Amino acid sequence: MGRYTFLDDVALADCAVEIEGRSLDDLFETAAAAIARLMVDPATLAITVERTISLEASELDMLLYDWLSEMIFLKDRDSQVFPHARVRVTGDGPYRLAADVQGGTIEPGRTALGADPKAVTFHLFALEPRDGGWRARVVIDI
Amino acid sequence: MKITEGLRGAVQRVDDCIWEIPVQAKAGMLVPARLYASGPLLEQMDDGVFEQVTNVACLPGIVRASLCMPDGHWGYGFPIGGVAAFRADTGVISPGGIGFDINCGMRLIRTGLTEDEVRPRLHELIAALFNAVPAGVGAKGFVRLSGSEFKTVMVEGAGWCVARGYGWPEDLAHIEGRGCLAGADPERVSARALERGTQQLGTLGSGNHYLEIQVVRPGAIHDERSARVLGVDGPGQVFVMLHCGSRGFGHQVGTDYLKVFDRAMPQYGISVRDRELACAPFRSKEGQAYFGAMTAAANTAFANRQVITHQIREVFSKVFGRDAHALGLTVVYDVCHNTAKLERHMVDGRELELVVHRKGATRAFGPGEPDVPPDYREIGQPVIVGGSMETGSALLVGTARAMAETWGSTAHGAGRTMSRAQAKRRVWGETLIKDMEARGIVVRAASKSGVAEEAGFAYKDLTAVVDTLQRLDISRRVVSLTPIGNIKG
Repeated sequence: MGRYTFLDDVALADCAVEIEGRSLDDLFETAAAAIARLMVDPATLAITVERTISLEASELDMLLYDWLSEMIFLKDRDSQVFPHARVRVTGDGPYRLAADVQGGTIEPGRTALGADPKAVTFHLFALEPRDGGWRARVVIDI
Repeated sequence: MKITEGLRGAVQRVDDCIWEIPVQAKAGMLVPARLYASGPLLEQMDDGVFEQVTNVACLPGIVRASLCMPDGHWGYGFPIGGVAAFRADTGVISPGGIGFDINCGMRLIRTGLTEDEVRPRLHELIAALFNAVPAGVGAKGFVRLSGSEFKTVMVEGAGWCVARGYGWPEDLAHIEGRGCLAGADPERVSARALERGTQQLGTLGSGNHYLEIQVVRPGAIHDERSARVLGVDGPGQVFVMLHCGSRGFGHQVGTDYLKVFDRAMPQYGISVRDRELACAPFRSKEGQAYFGAMTAAANTAFANRQVITHQIREVFSKVFGRDAHALGLTVVYDVCHNTAKLERHMVDGRELELVVHRKGATRAFGPGEPDVPPDYREIGQPVIVGGSMETGSALLVGTARAMAETWGSTAHGAGRTMSRAQAKRRVWGETLIKDMEARGIVVRAASKSGVAEEAGFAYKDLTAVVDTLQRLDISRRVVSLTPIGNIKG
């Protein structure tokens, strides 16, 4: 997996995260881990749920926007968080994502809770190739 | 954020607490930007505020000026504390001027109890409230709704709750817009928004949202007459304050339409300096669809706060062994601070229909305004300004000056000065909870790290913000409220 870093002073009331991946697939997998870590302590989450997710977007950055938005959506609709993902991104506009994700249901009293993300914002939103891999910057409204 | 060269340097003082950035300061500005702040509060504003308030001044159809209230800080698109009015006929509507948490707002509930009566049962009360009002990531409410019922909530707002026994008929008169804004259109709401929000009615959320038990300390009443009208009896009286919004439903509406507007702008020849300022003409297909969906989310937020009010009354009745009516648990007022509303205001001697965006800003209509409840009309609309969980909050009223100067708007809170990560580095959540307990404030939280993020030192001094509002005369302070119990997500 790639690397993610929560950035301190980009968003005063919210959360900015920089994500790096060796490949596009790796970046999307790392992005899932980052947003899961924002929401819960994954060590306190029983990994009991598997899902398949398919997305399509005309722009590559919008595919990342939709991917992270999907994670926020599943947190609210099903109380589920997915720290682990196997992702395959294909296409050249439209771009397609096929993912198998693993995670669990938030259990009050057992799961250590973090922030409750509202949305992915466009503020400073960026996805770009860098140093043979990929890098993204995302600000999440909490 | 990269700051346009000299933008802070372009600020000119036009009055004691009013500062202006002229249209020449940035290419594309259609009107000046106006910042309402004391000198020290202006200094504390981060550079993003100056960039964002001038970006808003570039949006089509903006009238008079792009405004920022004294608690302003960096947001996305608009600054938090941003207020802007656009002509309904030729101007735009922008989700970035409302925020993802549509109709995030404040509600203040009076009690007939004193601190002496509440203090001995405070731990029991806070524990019972924590159980009755689900908070934090993944929380579900107790109200079960079908899809069609949820659509009715979107149209009827708090009225739906009262009709089903989650409130009293008299509650509605003390909610902005009677808890039901006109123009909600559930058909403009996506299936995803519906799915995301159906189970969340009656939940608090997390971040800076809270449910707080507060008390009036001696010397905290600044305007005896208005205080009496608002149901403030005197020192020692206990109040309950609630800060939350439309939950995942509103967040999804914001997400959906940000994308819609991002795609639609080229067809209207609109380009913006910041993608978060995506917008469309108010009268366009997209503009009207968003207005319908956004208003549906706003009404759902009123319903959310109404259901939580019902839960608060149930808990107080159980803990104190008396009916909620006997305990005097009446709604003082409920205000939005993330909305766009169609309002009529005077512009150059003419009354115009405007789409007034308030993002982290509160409506503050003055005395005599027809939208102020009849029993408050003499003193002006109540304004609830929330402070940090350690320092307290304030109840104010709107003024005629606010109507003339700020489209009847004022601040909404203290405003952050420190990032969440910085706050967490400075204090552990558990340490802060123990420290607050030692100071007489009982805290229950779904997330300990969330408590650290909301520490008092992460916010501006609320007194400085309220003093500035008073100096500006865009609202008048009535009473300060001090926390003794707090529930957080």
